[in-house]
Amino acid sequence: MTKNSEPSSELRSSDNLGSDQSNIPILEMKSIYRSFVKDRQQIPVLQNINLSIQRDEVICLVGESGCGKTTAGKLITGLLEPSSGEIHINGRSVTDYKGREKSLLRRQLQIVHQDPFASLNPAHTIGDILSFPLKRHNMTEGGAALKRRIWELLTMVDLTPPGDIVNKYPHQLSGGQRQRVSIARSLTVEPKLIVADEAVSMVDVSIRITLLKMLKRLQRDLGLTIIFITHDLALAKYFAWEGRIAVMYLGRIVEIGRTPDVIANPSHPYTRALLSAVPEADPELTRRKHALRLRSDEIPRLTDIPTGCSFHPRCPYFVRGTCDMVIPELMRPPGYEKEVACIPVQQGMMLQETME
Amino acid sequence: MSFDANHVVLSVRDLSASYLAPRGRVRALSKVSFDLHAGETLAIIGESGCGKSTLNLALMRQLPQNASIDSGSIIYTYRDKRQVDLLTLSKRQMRTYLWSECSMVFQGALNALNPVIRISDMVYDTAAAHGLGRSEARKRAMKLFEQVRLDPERVFHSYPHELSGGMRQRVLLALSLILRPQIVIMDEPTTAVDILTQRSILDVLKLLREELNFSVMFISHDLAVAAEIADTVATMYAGEIVEIGSVDDVFYRPHHAYTYSLLNAAPRLSVGEQELTSIPGSPPDLIEPPSGCKFHPRCAFVQEVCRTITPPMLEYEGRQKAACYETERVLQAQMVKNV
Repeated sequence: MTKNSEPSSELRSSDNLGSDQSNIPILEMKSIYRSFVKDRQQIPVLQNINLSIQRDEVICLVGESGCGKTTAGKLITGLLEPSSGEIHINGRSVTDYKGREKSLLRRQLQIVHQDPFASLNPAHTIGDILSFPLKRHNMTEGGAALKRRIWELLTMVDLTPPGDIVNKYPHQLSGGQRQRVSIARSLTVEPKLIVADEAVSMVDVSIRITLLKMLKRLQRDLGLTIIFITHDLALAKYFAWEGRIAVMYLGRIVEIGRTPDVIANPSHPYTRALLSAVPEADPELTRRKHALRLRSDEIPRLTDIPTGCSFHPRCPYFVRGTCDMVIPELMRPPGYEKEVACIPVQQGMMLQETME
Repeated sequence: MSFDANHVVLSVRDLSASYLAPRGRVRALSKVSFDLHAGETLAIIGESGCGKSTLNLALMRQLPQNASIDSGSIIYTYRDKRQVDLLTLSKRQMRTYLWSECSMVFQGALNALNPVIRISDMVYDTAAAHGLGRSEARKRAMKLFEQVRLDPERVFHSYPHELSGGMRQRVLLALSLILRPQIVIMDEPTTAVDILTQRSILDVLKLLREELNFSVMFISHDLAVAAEIADTVATMYAGEIVEIGSVDDVFYRPHHAYTYSLLNAAPRLSVGEQELTSIPGSPPDLIEPPSGCKFHPRCAFVQEVCRTITPPMLEYEGRQKAACYETERVLQAQMVKNV
């Protein structure tokens, strides 16, 4: 760690790590596998994830618990390493970043956790929580600049007046305010990409929208790339309306495309099942809605993932001899604007007709 | 509507309850009144801290030691039309009442089931405590497990950890009905579960309700779940019911500014791009609640009168009631949204 001797202005100017060409994706995941070992058993949590994300993009990873969305977020921010496969940031593999470059890289990738009660140290004031990363990474010079920057960050996340907040402890704030502090903390190191892992799930419905609006505003103003992880499809739809949604099932991406397209015309049977199962906050509509009946309600265990397409034991459109034999690749079927990992869809079958 | 409007099972009048905190008395419930009819599903919606859970616990007289019911009555009507005020029952009488007349499905099915005994023993213990024979209990349990789409033989002999989250939640639902209560109280039964699990629980619940015709009190912060399964919806704010009415009336024609604000803060899947607004601020301190209408500091429709005088509960068309001075403007705003 030699950066303490460097003037911070020079650090700032090299923040982009030499690749400002906007056509290079900020993040690429190439054939990512990740497994954990539990009771001497390999548990594959992510399998063959290929994902490319452009600068300034908003993308939602959605799926049920155990689908691997949180693990994906941790891999992206460098909190975990893939078992195999490569992660490229700004066109270079993360393993190529060394020394000072590596620490700059880590600064560019930040994560906001789900639970603001657990992610903020209860013994530190909000001012402390924000000043630690600012000092550690020489983001500001001198006490006055530090204070100014903390004020600025608190204002950015609408915690105003900042003077009322800086000396408070986390327990003196509401859940929504705490989550704003978490977001402000992630912004201290001037990141380029933020992973928001269920970042509004713990706050009340009535205030979720302001938090999401604030995140969207920050995304636009600061040119951030946001990867928003959630199990709530309505939230994903609202937040990533101008971006993309990737639907995950048992460690794989099964469908990815522009948000309005995925929500209005779901293609993968799993996406269809999810969307048809969600109740709507509209009595007549929700009564009319027909949930796709699955062949089984049970989610397979990760230690015992079905052969072929892992959704086949539950899928109402299952084709014997194909779906249980061949693992479908995520690809764009002819005539589609999105990628779908379902062989019947890729072969152009009209799924409605195969329903019993 | 499927319920019998002439047959009130539970009639709550002016129920107030409070907690004793170091700083003072937390008025968690003030003057709550409503009727629950036979076969009706009543959903209580509201933010955390609005008193939903306190209401649930109060109805079962299960409030913690630092809480007390300060006034009001809870009149329960037995199947033989006998009536009783639950607040006058002894502890022993209450123990018989719970489960055989009114049962509870908690959220977090793992914590609600005893991890060291089999489901079968839970069935037998419950039956024994309420004077039901073992073979009859077993017969009923098997029937109910089948109705909630579980494999009866397997589940009956399982320990809770051998079942998935969704299966456990359905076991709880089945167990809650084993003594054929008239009322089932549910506290966020689908909050911690996945979408497809939630779907199967909701479907099973609807089916059971049709077959067994019990009443449900349902607490949820999820408006979509309320929209789907409720006959009647009550909005709670700061310990008060501020609006109550049929599910269609409350969702399409909210008469209270708070209900309106809550409905317009929730993103929906079915509509395209949405203009949504959060409710500013946070729920009030119930030790020193605001004067007048308790919602006024956060309300977009606030007028001078709202700050000083508590609005009365007014009755509207159908069976809708709301306590809001600005009903006219709220309705107009909603009409614009409905178009």
